Amino acid sequence: MSWVLDAQGLGKRYGRRWALRDCDLQIPAGHVVGLVGPNGAGKTTLLHLAVGLLAPSAGSIAVLDRAPAADAVQLARVGFVAQDTPTYARLSIADHLHFGAQMNPAWDDALARQRIAALDLDQGQRAGSLSGGQRAQLALTLAVAKRPELLVLDEPVASLDPLARREFLQSLMEFVADGDVSVVLSSHLVADLERVCDYVIVLVDSRLQVAGEVDDLLASHRRLVGPRRDPGSLPSGQEVIEESHTDRQSTMLVRCDGPVLDPAWTVEELSLEDIVLAYMGHADSARRARGRQGLEVLS
Amino acid sequence: MIEFHLDSRSGVSPYLQIVQQVRQALRLDLLREGDQLPTVKEVVGQLAINPNTVLKAYRELEHEGLVSARPGIGTFVTGNLGGQSLAAQGPLRQALQRWFLKARRAGLDDESIEALFRDSFRSAAEEDIA
Repeated sequence: MSWVLDAQGLGKRYGRRWALRDCDLQIPAGHVVGLVGPNGAGKTTLLHLAVGLLAPSAGSIAVLDRAPAADAVQLARVGFVAQDTPTYARLSIADHLHFGAQMNPAWDDALARQRIAALDLDQGQRAGSLSGGQRAQLALTLAVAKRPELLVLDEPVASLDPLARREFLQSLMEFVADGDVSVVLSSHLVADLERVCDYVIVLVDSRLQVAGEVDDLLASHRRLVGPRRDPGSLPSGQEVIEESHTDRQSTMLVRCDGPVLDPAWTVEELSLEDIVLAYMGHADSARRARGRQGLEVLS
Repeated sequence: MIEFHLDSRSGVSPYLQIVQQVRQALRLDLLREGDQLPTVKEVVGQLAINPNTVLKAYRELEHEGLVSARPGIGTFVTGNLGGQSLAAQGPLRQALQRWFLKARRAGLDDESIEALFRDSFRSAAEEDIA
């Protein structure tokens, strides 16, 4: 099996603080992967490890079955759009395209020009005078015209207004529809990614909480509502992710490996956002349980 | 050609919304045999959704015999839903209205009727699957 991303015990430490730890991940090719987590969870660290801007402090990571940024060939296979979609403010769009063509052996000039034309941009315009949405589209154009096998985008839509956000994701999905490319993109808002990704990774507090295909996650998580009971009394195939109780009623979000048969429960299906938020809350309570020790690690 | 739209608050998954919209267009005669569905690229460019979502919807419609994919050309309507279901709808509607009347006479309010309807509909659908 070939993996787009294969991490084993991956960790990155800055001084005493782990920005990412104990991360095991194997993502198959052909997905649009959403990397979700609150700010400071370690998303950028994981993406920088994947594109070779950072080296691991522990464990290993392979991208498209090779070490990240190992050589020119490997660099050409991965497109990266960094946070805030940086471009060269003083250079024109034409300069950017020329630069891209010089730096990338597989540069698809026709695609780049066609995209700039479709965006109604003047090639003579300087990048510094573009709107946030236009600059993001330029950065995306540079990344896709490389014709990468993997496209990595760090919070690409975070700073965009809703319309520019929609337009950016439309462009990105058109590119995905066009050919064999895998995409990993991060966001602190799952709502941004819900429509576009078919695989999700939830990262909280520098640890991986859950990863899997969206369809599998939706099929294997349910909300159970019923008379109050102890979560320990659930069958072995049901793992409680989130629970709340009143004196009479229990509400639990569970991961289950089969249908819920107990007739005492009202069983509800969940949205991806429900599931992701439950895992975030789950991580939060685990951190509180670690207590003082956790605080020391964070300081 | 039809255009798809998504209701993100409906709780219905995007792929199912596309399937339902094609079925609906067939029922209303907006789509006829031989018509082409939008290409995957057109749909994702418009809705900003994952291409696999569209492919999944089109595969499901193909499985139902309503459309067929011609590689490199596009996806075309090959079946229809209008005729036979329209004919069946009248008597079914009457039977349902009689049932609503009975429920009201039995003292159920709107919310109870809706809950009972939804619950029975769901258990019937589950029996259908089982």
